[in-house]
Amino acid sequence: MNFADALPLQGGGSIRGYALAYETYGQLNADKSNAVLICHALNASHHVAGVYKGQPKSEGWWSTMIGPGKPVDTNRFFVIGVNNLGSCFGSTGPMHANPDTGEIYGASFPVVTVEDWVNAQARLLDALGIETLAAVMGGSLGGMQALSWTLQYPQRVRHAVVVASAPNLTAENIAFNEVARRAIATDPDFHGGNFYQHGVVPKRGLRIARMVGHITYLSNDVMNEKFGRTLRDGIELKYSTQDVEFQIESYLRHQGDKFAEYFDANTYLLITRALDYFDPARAFGGDLSLALARATAKFLLVSFTTDWRFAPARSREIVRALLDNRRELSYAEIDAPHGHDAFLLEDPRYLGVVRSYFESKVGA
Amino acid sequence: MSDLETLQSIARLVPQGARVLDLGCGDGALLAHLQALRGCSGYGVELADANVLACVKRGVNVIQLNLDEGLSMFADQSFDVVLQIDTLQHLRNAEVMLRETARVGKLGIVAFPNFAHWPNRLAVLRGRMPVTKRLPYEWYDTPNIRVGTYRDFEALAQKNHLQVLDAFGLQDGREVRWLPNARAGTAVFKFQRRAA
Repeated sequence: MNFADALPLQGGGSIRGYALAYETYGQLNADKSNAVLICHALNASHHVAGVYKGQPKSEGWWSTMIGPGKPVDTNRFFVIGVNNLGSCFGSTGPMHANPDTGEIYGASFPVVTVEDWVNAQARLLDALGIETLAAVMGGSLGGMQALSWTLQYPQRVRHAVVVASAPNLTAENIAFNEVARRAIATDPDFHGGNFYQHGVVPKRGLRIARMVGHITYLSNDVMNEKFGRTLRDGIELKYSTQDVEFQIESYLRHQGDKFAEYFDANTYLLITRALDYFDPARAFGGDLSLALARATAKFLLVSFTTDWRFAPARSREIVRALLDNRRELSYAEIDAPHGHDAFLLEDPRYLGVVRSYFESKVGA
Repeated sequence: MSDLETLQSIARLVPQGARVLDLGCGDGALLAHLQALRGCSGYGVELADANVLACVKRGVNVIQLNLDEGLSMFADQSFDVVLQIDTLQHLRNAEVMLRETARVGKLGIVAFPNFAHWPNRLAVLRGRMPVTKRLPYEWYDTPNIRVGTYRDFEALAQKNHLQVLDAFGLQDGREVRWLPNARAGTAVFKFQRRAA
């Protein structure tokens, strides 16, 4: 959907003439009370569920969660997936032309924040004629957007489902993002963000960024169980410093290669920056309880015990702040082994809680 | 302990419309009852996945938390009532949690199996640990790591500067107010922090 009007941005300035890619699933009911907005994290899109015709491998990124008969049941709810501004899956991003200059944005694409994304999503809902969301839902950075919805548009959200998320990033977390950004920005093919004109892609940087990211999405246990010290080829050591020796190296390189093929380098910088900047308590002297006083939605929060990138302690901070404000909430801490990745995986306890919440609360 | 009469006896102690925190809330039956019949609101706290799911299923707010990690998430006097129904006996930090209950709640209500109930005494006299309907476990597999009596709790309350507002035994769904330490399988205490 195209938006001609300028969207004011938190960092100053605005963006106009932009497009948002979105998909919907299920039917909006007569009183428009069954809409569920899904917010994506770093590496995902508006394609949250189902497969495209004739493309059996095009499964949506949250197909375990969303679809007919799934925990978020599209037979019952009208689900909206939207690709955020600055991303690289169809919405306007740094690879597109700035309508003011006619030139590719590249490095000049404005820095967008979680709050900006939420404002853009709200405009999309306006255009779809949806005033109130039955629920807004997301994991990780998507959970930050869901939380932000309850603060920016409290009257438009009945329920917020916040999975494996945090009220802001810790220093360690920003540090990981910075390593990834430096890997990209120091790739000679990056050209200060204007690599499109040079007909190259900073793939080396993207690969390293993805490798670092992947390490942080898994738990030590799962990595040991999946790869351990297994060698990639046979049982003899190669005594080489540059060849792939261990299975884990092979896995990370493969993930990096795959990622560098489709992901945009500027998008990576933009989205990790949005993660870094998100901090609703900042305007309240760091007091999250004060910051969440505006939220009136009911919450379901979920975290995973082995997630060290968005640890349960961070979700508990949100729980505590909501308790201080006497908000209705439920919180499940799932003892899953898979680290941060668990929020995308099939765990019956996790999916069961979300399913029951939608059945007993959101749909009630 | 989950039979209806027992549940109703406990529920009667909870003021109408109270904001309640139920520690070790199980499947949320008591909270659901309090919400439906006494206009209460609040949250359950549970550790077990199956119980968390059961609470969400019945629309009871639940927070998954290990009570052995304490109640730091909850502010002082932020609830009208904090319940510990058949929870105390499972807690490693039972005394700390009792103090925490009185810190977080304006009222605390605790119920636990009374080890001094006469059939239990009889079993011990015979030289064996009791196995009863109320205490169905063998000594080697019991989750009840804190075995105490009605009278023991009175002493513990005293030690922790808690003012007991009401106390009685429960047996076969009935309140026992005469010799509860010998005549009741369950001890129930309603208390608050003694004014400093």
